[in-house]
Amino acid sequence: MSKDLNLTLHVWRQKNAKCDGKFVEYPAKNISPDMSFLEMLDIVNEDLIRKGEEPITFDHDCREGICGTCSMVINGRPHGPRERTTTCQLHMRSFKDGDSVTIEPWRAEAFPVIKDLMVDRGAFDRIIAAGGFISVPTGSPQDANALPIPKESADLSMDAAACIGCGACVAACPNASAMLFVSAKINHLGHLPQGQPERYLRVRDMIAQMDAEEFGTCTNHGECEAACPKGIKMENIARMNRDFIKASLTYRPATTGGGGAG
Amino acid sequence: MELNSRIPDGPIDKKWEKHKFDLKLVNPANKRKYKVLVVGSGLAGGAAAASLAELGYEVECFCYQDSPRRAHSIAAQGGINAAKNYQNDGDSVYRLFYDTVKGGDFRAREANVHRLAEVSNNIIDQCVAQGVPFAREYGGLLDNRSFGGAQVSRTFYARGQTGQQLLIGAYQALERQIGLGKVKMFSRHEMLELIVVDGVAKGIVARDMVTGEVTSHVADAVCLATGGYGNVFYLSTNAKGCNGTAVWRAYKKGAAFANPCFTQIHPTCIPVTGDHQSKLTLMSESLRNDGRIWVPKRKEDCGKPASEIPEEDRDYYLERKYPSYGNLAPRDVSSRAAKQVCDEGRGVGPTRLGVYLDFSDAIKRLGAAKIEEKYGNLFEMYERITDENPYKTPMRIFPASHYTMGGLWVDYNLMSTIPGLFVLGEANFSDHGANRLGASALMQGLADGYFVIPYTIGGYLAGIKPGTRIKADDPAVKAAEQAVTDRTDKLMSIGGKETPTHFHRELGKVMWEMCGMGRNETGLKKALELIPQIREEFWKNLRIPGTGNDLNQSLEAAGRVADFLEIGELMCLDALERRESCGGHFREEWQTEEGEALRDDENFAHVAAWEYKGEGQAPVRHTEQLAFENVHLATRSYK
Repeated sequence: MSKDLNLTLHVWRQKNAKCDGKFVEYPAKNISPDMSFLEMLDIVNEDLIRKGEEPITFDHDCREGICGTCSMVINGRPHGPRERTTTCQLHMRSFKDGDSVTIEPWRAEAFPVIKDLMVDRGAFDRIIAAGGFISVPTGSPQDANALPIPKESADLSMDAAACIGCGACVAACPNASAMLFVSAKINHLGHLPQGQPERYLRVRDMIAQMDAEEFGTCTNHGECEAACPKGIKMENIARMNRDFIKASLTYRPATTGGGGAG
Repeated sequence: MELNSRIPDGPIDKKWEKHKFDLKLVNPANKRKYKVLVVGSGLAGGAAAASLAELGYEVECFCYQDSPRRAHSIAAQGGINAAKNYQNDGDSVYRLFYDTVKGGDFRAREANVHRLAEVSNNIIDQCVAQGVPFAREYGGLLDNRSFGGAQVSRTFYARGQTGQQLLIGAYQALERQIGLGKVKMFSRHEMLELIVVDGVAKGIVARDMVTGEVTSHVADAVCLATGGYGNVFYLSTNAKGCNGTAVWRAYKKGAAFANPCFTQIHPTCIPVTGDHQSKLTLMSESLRNDGRIWVPKRKEDCGKPASEIPEEDRDYYLERKYPSYGNLAPRDVSSRAAKQVCDEGRGVGPTRLGVYLDFSDAIKRLGAAKIEEKYGNLFEMYERITDENPYKTPMRIFPASHYTMGGLWVDYNLMSTIPGLFVLGEANFSDHGANRLGASALMQGLADGYFVIPYTIGGYLAGIKPGTRIKADDPAVKAAEQAVTDRTDKLMSIGGKETPTHFHRELGKVMWEMCGMGRNETGLKKALELIPQIREEFWKNLRIPGTGNDLNQSLEAAGRVADFLEIGELMCLDALERRESCGGHFREEWQTEEGEALRDDENFAHVAAWEYKGEGQAPVRHTEQLAFENVHLATRSYK
């Protein structure tokens, strides 16, 4: 059994979106290396509550790396030092006794801070609502095996669909661009035959919403791919850009009413 | 209280078809005049909200997460069952129905289960049309795998992320309706009260978790799709936020709570490492397709590394005890078998509460690359948590609380004992009996949301005159709001010393020890003494910093723990009164000589539905007799 750790945390505290925030120092004592990062924060928070102080607010839920809720910049890196790992799956064995650890919220204009380490990622939902779907109402579609889909297409689609919508890509990007997230959705659906009818409408509508939310644009830094806990690749952005150019060149305004993919 | 299951007449395979025709319809122009609230945005809630909005109803949907895409359905790994028989291995709607009734140890309602099996095929068609990237063969057709409790391959999957992909499908459909203005979404909102007028559900009171504001929402019908109460054990595979508050508010307003003691302890979770543990992580049952479960034959070998224990000294106990199902024995049976070997002192790992799940044979047979393709993300997750490489050393696993088969009682229309209150997915009790088979939760959530509620809610709404909804200033609305505010004030004003988590842990220990994998009269009676003590201490010594009208995660946690402290008591009471063993409910007094569950069909082939009688009053136990007309009652054997 490895030795327990003692750490010094520098945690961003901010009462709400209107107030200014600041770093506050907290000791984290007797931390087992088997703890997850969030369990370490639980212990700090339990101590704060017992002292009558407000605990550190942070988003978390499934704690198994799939829901995409947890969102912290740890020592300057979204989700911390381990590659392809969400904060909840980061364990304290990645730290050394005596370490100083800085913990901040996602920082992006489009993700305003709600409190402490919690941010509002509603912009992502609005981008999906703008066109990130296949318009198929519940009913009786054809038999699932009526349309064979090459395994390669299904696999490429699944690679993109693995995105958990956590927003680490935005937090890592110097431009706070959401293009890795948006392109993952576009390619999840765009690699499949079912996604073809709305393919170009989708890319136009989603990118328009992405711009309206004031995310930045991509300048090929690659920080997003490095920070992504699910290994979503930048090639998705390249493919989305190709679709977007084609969509822009072939765009015809609707002549019979209807409201686009949305 | 009357429990009328409203099971339609006719042969089992014609009931649903007949019922769909018999249900009254709401004409398309009138649908927009009805408002429906959907609480929860997982597979059941998300699918229901999207489907009802597509039909034309005005829908409001609520979730406690920051986005509907994060509901805990997302964490389901292994797959979803359907009776497609694509593998030509003898599957059929009837076989899926049969397996599910048998798997539930004959404590589910036949008619509901048959309907579930019928619509299972529509679900797969719907999901593929939405763009769910299920695994495929090179020929482009869908791939299947096997799950526990079945001898056919009927499980569809998307790597180890099936729940995530199905939820994203439902979420996309929901977001489409939000974009069209047909659904109003309330994220970071928690339902804290049900509004009931003259015995009929008419709305909810919710708290905005960001501002602390308490608001009422009135409607013509309310759907609860708020998941299970497995977090009553504190440590479980549920997300941290999963809670029983919405169903418990409904119970206290008159909805019967059915079979609360039917909880599923999943056999393959990563073992606890210490007191700091905040949750447990599941390793998908699909791993049992290729992994072999064993412990050392002798206690003395348990401290040795697995690699030093030769083949002849290993006990592959599931293969030994259940040769025809082997490592794919159902969850309740597998969990109990793991507990037995650990009770015998043959458990492994630092706490000795663990068994091996070993892939070395499969890696030899198929190669590491194939195993990685099938289970790569699960192996990676295991490695992240334990710092051990499962390609080289066997995984260590142990049972943990995972799912609750019990829930609010519903009739065939999914309506509770409160008219106008419908309950979907894990939150209801109806389909899984005393034990749920793997890959059936996703199926049930989506069946309820996509293919059952859109029909049955119409039958209810057609009986209500459009435009007769209560007003927002109705006294019942104000009273419900006041109840929420009073409760918040009461929690905030205790001013004690201990945290909500402290009490949650205390409750969890009692529940796990006395109402977990093995239960007996002495333990349950003891638990029924201890839980009220913890509850009393909670209301005396709780501390919540901050205020009630602001974002306050301690307050949220405290409200949920307060309800778990009551739910736990009802579970123990139900477990005590059910004097038999069935599925996940194992009463140690009722077992065969070989240690298998011993049912008492004569006295307990029924649903126990509890009615709330008021603060300090004992709840009343009602029963709904179960008729097994198609699958005949038999001892469940997987040998």
